[in-house]
Amino acid sequence: MESLYLLIPLSVLLAFLIGLVFWWATKSGQFDDLEGPAWRILQDDDHSNKPEPNENEKKNPD
Amino acid sequence: MENQATTYNYNVVRQFALMTIIWGIVGMLVGVIIAAQMYWPELNVGPYFHFGRLRPLHTNAVIFAFGGCGLFATSYYVVQRTCNVRLFCDKLAAFTFWGWQAVIVLAAVTLPLGLTTGKEYAELEWPIDILITLVWVAYAVVFFGTIFKRKVQHIYVANWFFGAFILTVALLHLVNSAEIPVTLTKSYSAYAGAVDAMVQWWYGHNAVGFFLTAGFLGMMYYFVPKQAERPVYSYRLSVVHFWALIFTYMWAGPHHLHYTALPDWTQSLGMVFSLILLAPSWGGMINGIMTLSGAWHKLRDDPILKFLVCALSFYGMSTFEGPMMSIKTVNALSHYTDWTIGHVHSGALGWVGMITIGSLYYLVPRLFGQEKMWSVRLITAHFWIATLGIVLYIASMWIAGVMQGQMWRAVNNDGTLTYAFIDSIKATYPYYFIRFLGGLCYLSGMLLMLYNVLRTALEGSAIDAPVPAVAAHA
Repeated sequence: MESLYLLIPLSVLLAFLIGLVFWWATKSGQFDDLEGPAWRILQDDDHSNKPEPNENEKKNPD
Repeated sequence: MENQATTYNYNVVRQFALMTIIWGIVGMLVGVIIAAQMYWPELNVGPYFHFGRLRPLHTNAVIFAFGGCGLFATSYYVVQRTCNVRLFCDKLAAFTFWGWQAVIVLAAVTLPLGLTTGKEYAELEWPIDILITLVWVAYAVVFFGTIFKRKVQHIYVANWFFGAFILTVALLHLVNSAEIPVTLTKSYSAYAGAVDAMVQWWYGHNAVGFFLTAGFLGMMYYFVPKQAERPVYSYRLSVVHFWALIFTYMWAGPHHLHYTALPDWTQSLGMVFSLILLAPSWGGMINGIMTLSGAWHKLRDDPILKFLVCALSFYGMSTFEGPMMSIKTVNALSHYTDWTIGHVHSGALGWVGMITIGSLYYLVPRLFGQEKMWSVRLITAHFWIATLGIVLYIASMWIAGVMQGQMWRAVNNDGTLTYAFIDSIKATYPYYFIRFLGGLCYLSGMLLMLYNVLRTALEGSAIDAPVPAVAAHA
């Protein structure tokens, strides 16, 4: 099964690279706050039709 | 220039969003045609309009044209909004749009002409493969360029899924499409025999895993919380979901080659990893659905949420069905039957289709300066007709598939086969008609969507939303 000589090293290399990205993410604090980011996208108001009342209404959302 | 820096690039999102619907209709129409050809074989006319040539056109159109454009549109929208910054390099983003459309048009021309590499989901010939590579590199540059210049330190989980999808599809495409060109329109795979089959299904299954799953999970993790106006049930679980999924998905491919020339232990390994995959898949499904906890009432009158939650239910169903079918004893019954077709379409129409449709209904009013879609009742109608279509489709194919499997394995007392192959085809006949009806329902839902989207677009006008100032809170 020569294909395995290609696919297994490739997959192992990939798993290693994924591990590296995971290590970077942990080190750089991507996982420090696992509550806030979920709320953050909700605070980003992307309704398009009401730019003006929006600014007056929600000047300080927090 | 100043205007460019202070608004989001909605233009490319709009283009991709509209083409998602157009290509969805084209791809599903071809699907309905080939379903009809199964029931009325006389519809196979001429070499160009034959099932064998239209079938890859259908799969390429729905996966790469409909699904692909949907992924481009939503990933470009999500990465801008969650990074609080305009898309990196407008020109390159425009190139991804026109380049991808060129790939689709070339596919629509070459496949009916019979120009194919014969590799499932990778049928396009080498010049188109090169164009795909160029577009994909540009896509990666635009996406990761935007991540790189983000104004928000944290990279939202949806972007992780989109990013993994972009990188993995690049790798899959490069390895599987390695081929030796003979003429402009003909090439031979760089691999041969069982090796070729193994590489092909390493590609094929990961295309399902990363194109049709990871990418659309990115969609799910943004649009479900936004539409429900609730944070995702557990953000921690979503991070675990991501890492577990990408670590395990890569190894499941051999389950497509059960009982073939592939070594037995490779098949068993593929089966074991397929079973492991159930855990992250269901973790993600539960996470998505539980996002609605405390807001279940919204499901009653919000058809967009209905689409999104129904998509998650189908994701749960097909990620249970898939591992089950990868068990070798089950596969001995299901392999080569229409059960597989039913399984694929519960994932494709149910999960991929519905999550895309729901996300687009969320996006379109925002891209055209409207508060909501032109008609919410039409969305509800679309939801029910699409759901009915899926149920007709998958139920008929389940019954047909199990029946075929049972008929093929039935033996008389003297050891001879009870049924000839043609008997199983005759028995499947009514189910092919039900499947055709199901497809027709789903396609008509898409036509309702096109009408609704066009009315919304015509009533509004194309707008580019301003990039809001970065909020001070962490």
